[in-house]
Amino acid sequence: MRAEARVAAESDGRGGTRLTTLRGQSPLLLRRTGPRASAGVTVHLVGGAAGPLRGDELRLEIEVGPGARLELLSVAAQLALPGRPAPASRLTITATVAAGGTLRWLPEPLIAAAGCDHVAITRVTVETGGSLLWRDDLVCGRHGEDSGDFVADTLVRYGGSTLYRHELAVGPRAAGWSGPAILGGARAVGTVVTAGPESMVPGAAGPDAAVMPLAGPGMLATATGADIRHVRAALDPFCAGHPTARRPGAPVAA
Amino acid sequence: MSLATLLLLADGRLPSGGHAHSSGLEAQVSAGRVRSVEDLDGFLRGKLATGALVSAAFAAAACGDVARCADLDAGLDARTPSPALRRASRAQGRALLRAGRAMWPVAAIGREPHQPVALGALAAAAGLSPAETAVAAAHGAITGPAGAAVRLLGLDPYAVHALLARLAPECDRIAELAAKRSGDPVDDLPAAGAPLLDIGAEHHATWEVRLFAS
Repeated sequence: MRAEARVAAESDGRGGTRLTTLRGQSPLLLRRTGPRASAGVTVHLVGGAAGPLRGDELRLEIEVGPGARLELLSVAAQLALPGRPAPASRLTITATVAAGGTLRWLPEPLIAAAGCDHVAITRVTVETGGSLLWRDDLVCGRHGEDSGDFVADTLVRYGGSTLYRHELAVGPRAAGWSGPAILGGARAVGTVVTAGPESMVPGAAGPDAAVMPLAGPGMLATATGADIRHVRAALDPFCAGHPTARRPGAPVAA
Repeated sequence: MSLATLLLLADGRLPSGGHAHSSGLEAQVSAGRVRSVEDLDGFLRGKLATGALVSAAFAAAACGDVARCADLDAGLDARTPSPALRRASRAQGRALLRAGRAMWPVAAIGREPHQPVALGALAAAAGLSPAETAVAAAHGAITGPAGAAVRLLGLDPYAVHALLARLAPECDRIAELAAKRSGDPVDDLPAAGAPLLDIGAEHHATWEVRLFAS
């Protein structure tokens, strides 16, 4: 299955945000949600079909213009499944955030079911003065099941320089992934990358989590856990407190 | 090439301060994740697939073109989210550069580069190839923590070296892969990360008493 989706947000000139593009194809369907009155726009990703399955080629493009605020959520976890013998399924997300724009990407976790072969390529470019919060949670296999093969390949650029470059490979083909250097016994891992204005407090965030100031203008929070609840407990507070979460008239999260 | 020169660069007795670092092993020992030679095997295989691959590719890239050192250094910053690991890498780079300058005419690449960049610059000055440099880098990435494991856990040194001998073919394979990719643009070079090493390094840096600097 091949599918493309695109969302573009721009400032409406009155302190609000309007969507200039919102289109998708199953299984990448996009729906505008949330109150119309808020300064930012919320869009949900709706899985219109099972998968990703092997052979799927999925593309999502996100564009946030100057002064626009966009929050992307998903209605349910993404479940990568084996499917027919075929090349790895691939989801490529390309996002750009202009100066003064804010993008929050807060999807439900990806679950790498046994036998899956999936690659997620993320390329985010933030102009100086733009603001980003990018969350990715991963669960290695469904309950009581081995993990499938999954590779996350992430690049975040800010102000013309590479801020964060990371690959994580799990599953039978990834040597040592469940060993004590990479995930240990953990079956869930999550990351939050922020760029631009920050609110995360560096330091330890529990025994299997840390918040780290990057070399450039951004932060990374990483957490591992036996299941996704541990990861959520460690990372959710950082997502609520980010400045991009604040909307005029809304209380600022603690 | 000079085989003896390569052995000098890869020798753990090179006075570059490497013995003060456990490459993240001390934190995982303390967390109870590494207790035996079998656990160490899992740790080192994970290390080869992640940090060793990245170090070997960046060292080979620096050796291949010393003019890329500044870009490569920024590329390692972007691949090292943990400030504690960035400090450890730069401290080792600085110490390696100091030792190297006494041995060969090393190019001016800044005072405190990341360790793989320093290693590549030394190797270039010593007349080694990117492929040889990658072997030295991958080898160092596993022999360092293996030595630390003997000191931290009192493991049988014969058993640990038997493990290193078993890992040698994988070490060669990783070095070959790293050297093959070393001409790629910096953003496309290997970026395999290890979440527990990042998290462990941040916790380790706050300990008041520890055997290793990282």
